[in-house]
Amino acid sequence: MLYIKCPYCGMRSQNEFAYGGDATVKRPELNKEVSDKEWDTFVYLRKSPRGKHLELWHHVSGCRQWFKAQRDTVTHEIFKTAEIKEDI
Amino acid sequence: MSQEFRLEKIGLINRDKKISFKFNGKKYFGYEGDTIASALIANGIHLVGRSFKYHRPRGFFGAGVDEPYAIVQLYRNGETDPNCRATEQELFDGLETKSVNCWPSVNFDIGAINNFLNKFFPAGFYYKTFMWPKSFWYRIYEPFIRKAAGFGVASTKHDKERYEHKYEYCDLLVTGSGPSGLASAYAAAKNGARVILAEDKPRFGGSLLTSDVNVGNQSGKEWADKIISELKEMPNVTLKNRSQVFGYYDHNMLVMSERISDHLPKSKKYSPKQRLWYIRAKEVLISSGSIERPIVFGNNDTPGVVLASAAREYLKVYGVLVGKKPLIFTNNDSAYETAIEFKKNGIWPIVLDTRMNPDSEIINEAKSMGIDIRFSHVVIAAKGYKKVKSAEIAKISEDKKDLGKIENISCDCICVSGFWTPTIHLASQSGNKTKFNEKIDAFVPDKPKQNEKTLGAANGIFTLEETLKTSFESGEEVSKKITKKENKISVPQVSEKKHAQHDKFWCVPLPKGKTYKRFLDFQNDVAVTDVELALREGYRSIEHVKRYTTLGMATDQGKTSNLNGLQLVSSIENKIVPSVGHTTFRPPYTPVTIGAIVGREIGKHSKPTRKSPMHHWHEKNNAVFVDAGVWLRPRYYKQGNEGLFEASKREAKNVRENVGVCDVTTLGKIDVKGPDAAEFLNRVYTNAWLKLPVGKARYGVMLREDGIVMDDGTTTRISENHYHMTTTTAQAANVLSHLEYYLQIVWPELNVNVVSTTEQWAGAAIAGPKSRNLLQKLFPDTDVSNEGLPFMGYLESKLFGVHARIFRISFSGELAYEVNVESNNGNFMWGKIIEIGKEFAIQPYGTEALSTLRIEMGHVAGSELDGRTIPYDNGLQGLVSKKKDFIGKRSLNRDAFTKEDRQKVVGVVPVDKKTSIPEGSHLVKDANASLPNPKLGHISASCWSVEYNNPFSLAILKDGKNMIGQKLFAMSPLKNKSILVEIVSSHYVDPKGERVRS
Ligand SMILES: [Zn+2]
Repeated sequence: MLYIKCPYCGMRSQNEFAYGGDATVKRPELNKEVSDKEWDTFVYLRKSPRGKHLELWHHVSGCRQWFKAQRDTVTHEIFKTAEIKEDI
Repeated sequence: MSQEFRLEKIGLINRDKKISFKFNGKKYFGYEGDTIASALIANGIHLVGRSFKYHRPRGFFGAGVDEPYAIVQLYRNGETDPNCRATEQELFDGLETKSVNCWPSVNFDIGAINNFLNKFFPAGFYYKTFMWPKSFWYRIYEPFIRKAAGFGVASTKHDKERYEHKYEYCDLLVTGSGPSGLASAYAAAKNGARVILAEDKPRFGGSLLTSDVNVGNQSGKEWADKIISELKEMPNVTLKNRSQVFGYYDHNMLVMSERISDHLPKSKKYSPKQRLWYIRAKEVLISSGSIERPIVFGNNDTPGVVLASAAREYLKVYGVLVGKKPLIFTNNDSAYETAIEFKKNGIWPIVLDTRMNPDSEIINEAKSMGIDIRFSHVVIAAKGYKKVKSAEIAKISEDKKDLGKIENISCDCICVSGFWTPTIHLASQSGNKTKFNEKIDAFVPDKPKQNEKTLGAANGIFTLEETLKTSFESGEEVSKKITKKENKISVPQVSEKKHAQHDKFWCVPLPKGKTYKRFLDFQNDVAVTDVELALREGYRSIEHVKRYTTLGMATDQGKTSNLNGLQLVSSIENKIVPSVGHTTFRPPYTPVTIGAIVGREIGKHSKPTRKSPMHHWHEKNNAVFVDAGVWLRPRYYKQGNEGLFEASKREAKNVRENVGVCDVTTLGKIDVKGPDAAEFLNRVYTNAWLKLPVGKARYGVMLREDGIVMDDGTTTRISENHYHMTTTTAQAANVLSHLEYYLQIVWPELNVNVVSTTEQWAGAAIAGPKSRNLLQKLFPDTDVSNEGLPFMGYLESKLFGVHARIFRISFSGELAYEVNVESNNGNFMWGKIIEIGKEFAIQPYGTEALSTLRIEMGHVAGSELDGRTIPYDNGLQGLVSKKKDFIGKRSLNRDAFTKEDRQKVVGVVPVDKKTSIPEGSHLVKDANASLPNPKLGHISASCWSVEYNNPFSLAILKDGKNMIGQKLFAMSPLKNKSILVEIVSSHYVDPKGERVRS
């Protein structure tokens, strides 16, 4: 079970969190013309990198904040967590 | 009553407390502090079971967790436990135990015939033998394997025992209380660190209990006792015996199973049987010690062949002799301690040492005691079937290839020592890559992967002096990092005997013409020949060899066999051991009971149970409940002899004719607040929200980005910047996360907050033609007329002084209202509705009637919004705005979603108007078409229409729009039904929706 630092609450066990997928995905702006390909990439295509991965977590059984974490998908090492507005 | 193999003056057992127990139905006795193994050996019993494959007799091999043989079935307090290690299970009064894997009895076992048919049981025999003919599998092979294979028998009863989970955090976890564990825990504790010290055995001290050493001016055991009693006094130390740390997981999470009551006749009141600890440790010091490994020789599985260290443990801890004519077979010095211990207790051992001419302090001591020592000697084979009677021994050449003349010497046990294997399981589980240490012929941990360090014998350090020195240092070092304190402890003076280099010899060659079986894995009966065969058949990877031969795959996980297996593979392959590599160490290190893993999460406790504030009333009024997610909801209220069908029909009918009340507290409720709330809702829902006035409700549908319907519900504008959103019961949590995702990540510029208010409000739906009359009586001072409170209107009022929210919304298709009050007042509200509703013939209705009402109205719900349907499929295309953008809109343009013959919800009526259509039935054109019969759609929900008094169903049907009036078949192979049906509109009752507006 991972040990994750919520940027708002501190170190908590994984069972308080929900995983939220790739944090680098950007939703196309509203009311903007979007090509099929662009939309398809946004909705369906995700990388599954071996190694560092910037991802979203949601502190569902805590402060209910979404935040970013940089994690190694092989070793599960979490290098850094940050609020959404921060850069990693 | 004396025991033939029990010594008088030695051992740590409590001789004042005799304990009687039964083994295979016969009564024996032992002492408090005995294990089943030590007590049986004291009674001269060495035959405890039969082996897995050949059903050869099995005795005891070790004295602890590494035991491959002595697996027994345990009976305790009316329960039974399979696969208990007799070497670990402590004796208690009334304990009963039986041999496993033998039938009809351990002395006469029919499966032993496999031993003589062993040509048919080579490596991979499961794969080869039982493959053909195929029809034999279920009838002959499988029952045969089931009967003959496997160890204990699992109980079929519900386990009455209690198991607990505990979460713990500490600065330092020390796994094992031998010299390295004690020293490091002590040093860290003195530095103020919060320490947990875990010991698998009942007694702390590890090897200090059995080795002949001095620390300071005390014996090793006295020193251990002193350290333990000091640690016990320290408030920052948790000492746990009978506790096995069996798994090392990510981020320094370790799991430990504590056996709290297994050594007692029955668990104490309120005390669990076992407790599983999830320990998050800042630092871990692994002090798990080492396990002696055997030397491989002929018939080395005969009862009476034991590890030399186990023989010593039985002597020094339990005062028990494994034999009175011991033969000690070793390639190193440590077995001499066993020889000397025998001699000190009046038993003359013979020592066979594979080395030519070793010289050391301990060998000289043994010599000076007059012990018969024969160098360059090996045991070729043990003789005797159910117990060692003698041994064939011979001289061996310097290159270990040639054997001299075979001599038969009489003995009643063979204590074998092939040197020591560090217990590196935990380090390896943590991700440590391990390295091969040539000096000790074994793997040791390499660079730590997490905050962990391996100490003492587990790290290949076999002298006490170095172990204590490095362990004190490590304890200081890791605790200093945490507590910033530095409390130096002087390392005590150690006196121990220096050992000579061990011999790398591990397997005795077979003399010409002999075919003795030489076992590597004792529990799974894997012999040298099996591994040789696997390699001849082309298996190379050690992982493949393991699975093909089953080497190391038994319940002992090869604790005594893995390294010898590697030696064999490397010698046949002409490789060095490190290039063969070892198989992966996976948790658990020792078997863990399912009970401990599950803990308290069983039966009703496996998930939380949520109840509405009115639950008690429902119970008192004969509600039959149904699980709705984690909620308990009334399914129907039973009257007289009614079943589900009659009751739900009555309740639904009463809603259509009079008025009904339904507890809708479980609906998800979310407060959406902020100046941008309207804009936010406009983006979340498919329909328009910007112009909803205060005091009005609107039905909305929300999508996922892929265009699939996520949820639906009504949302009401309570005030300018305050909306009250409702979700379905099942999706409430997901919807909240979804909203938070968009507010926090995608549109942080929107000034909106959301919070769940599900538990703040109790809800009652009042539905039926007489609902307005009832409402007027509930709120006499409020104008609830069609003008005062029109359809989708909202107002606040007082229900006999209690603040209430009144929504004019309908799920049943009837004129209906939903009243919400604060949860505390839920019972009050419900009582008033029932009381005042009497004159309008009110009846409560449950989820079954609720479903009936919504199905015949054609309202879609969870069974249609099933994560595969878009708004069009549900007939909700009218709610999809063409003007504005919203979540998932772009996906609705996809080809598949815009096809002319897209699936759509329809109504289904059986042509005979009698046969109910099972939910899940498939709709097909031709009932007799050959399989697979093309599926056109499926029945999503079924009910008995109370309006028309015949069955009615909803279905999601391909090209549903153009199918109205068609005749199809509803097929349910499960229920063996084929029903001719007619496709009709999904809005079976009141298609124009006049009633809700009346
Ligand atoms: Zn948090």
